Amino acid sequence: MTDQAYNFAYLDEQTKRMLRRALLKALAVPGYQVPFASREMPMPYGWGTGGVQVTAACLTPVDRLKVIDQGADDTTNAVSIRRFFQRTSGVAVTEATAEATIIQTRHRIPEQPLSEGQILVYQVPIPEPLRFLEPRETETRKMHELEEYGLMHVKLYEDIARHGEVSTAYAYPVKVEGRYVMDPSPIPKFDNPKLNDSPAIQLFGAGRECRIYALPPFTKVVSLDFDDHPFQASKAEHNCDLCGCGTSYLDEVITDDQGSRMFVCSDTDFCATRQAEGHRGRLSPEAA
Amino acid sequence: MTAILTGGFADPAPQSAHAFRALLEAMARPGRIHTVLGAEPPAPLSVAAGVTLLTLTDATTPLHLAGAYDCADLRSWIAFHCGAPLVSAQEAQFALGAWEDLHPVTQFKIGDPAYPDRSATLIVEMPELTATGARLTGPGIAAEARLSLPETAAFQANRKLFPLGFDVILTCDKRLAALPRSTKVEAN
Repeated sequence: MTDQAYNFAYLDEQTKRMLRRALLKALAVPGYQVPFASREMPMPYGWGTGGVQVTAACLTPVDRLKVIDQGADDTTNAVSIRRFFQRTSGVAVTEATAEATIIQTRHRIPEQPLSEGQILVYQVPIPEPLRFLEPRETETRKMHELEEYGLMHVKLYEDIARHGEVSTAYAYPVKVEGRYVMDPSPIPKFDNPKLNDSPAIQLFGAGRECRIYALPPFTKVVSLDFDDHPFQASKAEHNCDLCGCGTSYLDEVITDDQGSRMFVCSDTDFCATRQAEGHRGRLSPEAA
Repeated sequence: MTAILTGGFADPAPQSAHAFRALLEAMARPGRIHTVLGAEPPAPLSVAAGVTLLTLTDATTPLHLAGAYDCADLRSWIAFHCGAPLVSAQEAQFALGAWEDLHPVTQFKIGDPAYPDRSATLIVEMPELTATGARLTGPGIAAEARLSLPETAAFQANRKLFPLGFDVILTCDKRLAALPRSTKVEAN
């Protein structure tokens, strides 16, 4: 049931045109953060207002939308954004990664490889990768202008000096097409290799910070590293306890107050699909 | 007079959404040609260029009309359907015209080193548009793409300015393709 009181996909047409112009410029300069006039949305900042505005600007009536939060289709953030678009645009929704044409995500890239024709929309809290190193926007803008990214390497070096390795585990900075250093949003660094050379369009929206940026398909995205400390995509050294997968990104779940824990795929659609195919993990119920 | 009032989107929200997806895919995959529908602008404007104007321009986007496109019918149609202020080439955020009328293309905004997005988008009306000719490589292109560009030298010079530079939407009849500043162009 579409709420007729609103325009298609909630936003008015003038706002969508503003967003659409910013998205085209973002695609033309991969990795560069385009300022845009972010609107007040009917949800609080931090709940994906940037991603929601980007999705609203891209959505057509024939799209099939998937929304995930940390890989899961069934958490509060994912459910409320999915229902928001069902109410305001009437588009079809799905939990299956392969069936979706637009996937809005908070902090994960689906395990199943994306394909041409799909758009991945990221919700971004802090778009500026240099922000925690240099709080002044005037300075970080100058640093991007001059390609002055030495400070970021110093930060990664300090990680190595303190911990013996780069301890940054999420929002791991990347360099796009050899030019702009970009924050891939707080995805685990396990997902970083999937940013590179993807056949899908990747769009990033930061509502509170009023920035949009993008990666066209088949764009070179390199995680920053050192020759003697090459980038490593890490995950928990376990198999999924429900589907037995040894290569997916895992969540650790505490199951009682005796220290018991289990590891499960963070991508719920991926895990459910594998279980339906008959894969079993350590804690799977016995077959009936 | 009535020709000026008609020819816009009949149902703007879904029609502009479909048109924008074509533009988004075109800009994301340089050289790929998309077909768009929904606008019936007065001559000499093509359907694709009309759809592009309706989807992207409004009262906040200064527009430059070049050559034969700077005519009374088109000025009135744009005033009614888009409301874009008409300006000189140097001030334009969008520019519309045949390639030769847009020359010299170095007159258009290429953005500021701190804000490379503040650059012009050229809507170039083409006599024909096919996936042949100049070789395109760069972001958005898996191996290479081909597109019938009006010339190559101007696009090579534009690429050298990266991350500054203008972006181009090429239109012909109902079809459009895009050439962002990030694309490397080589003559066939």
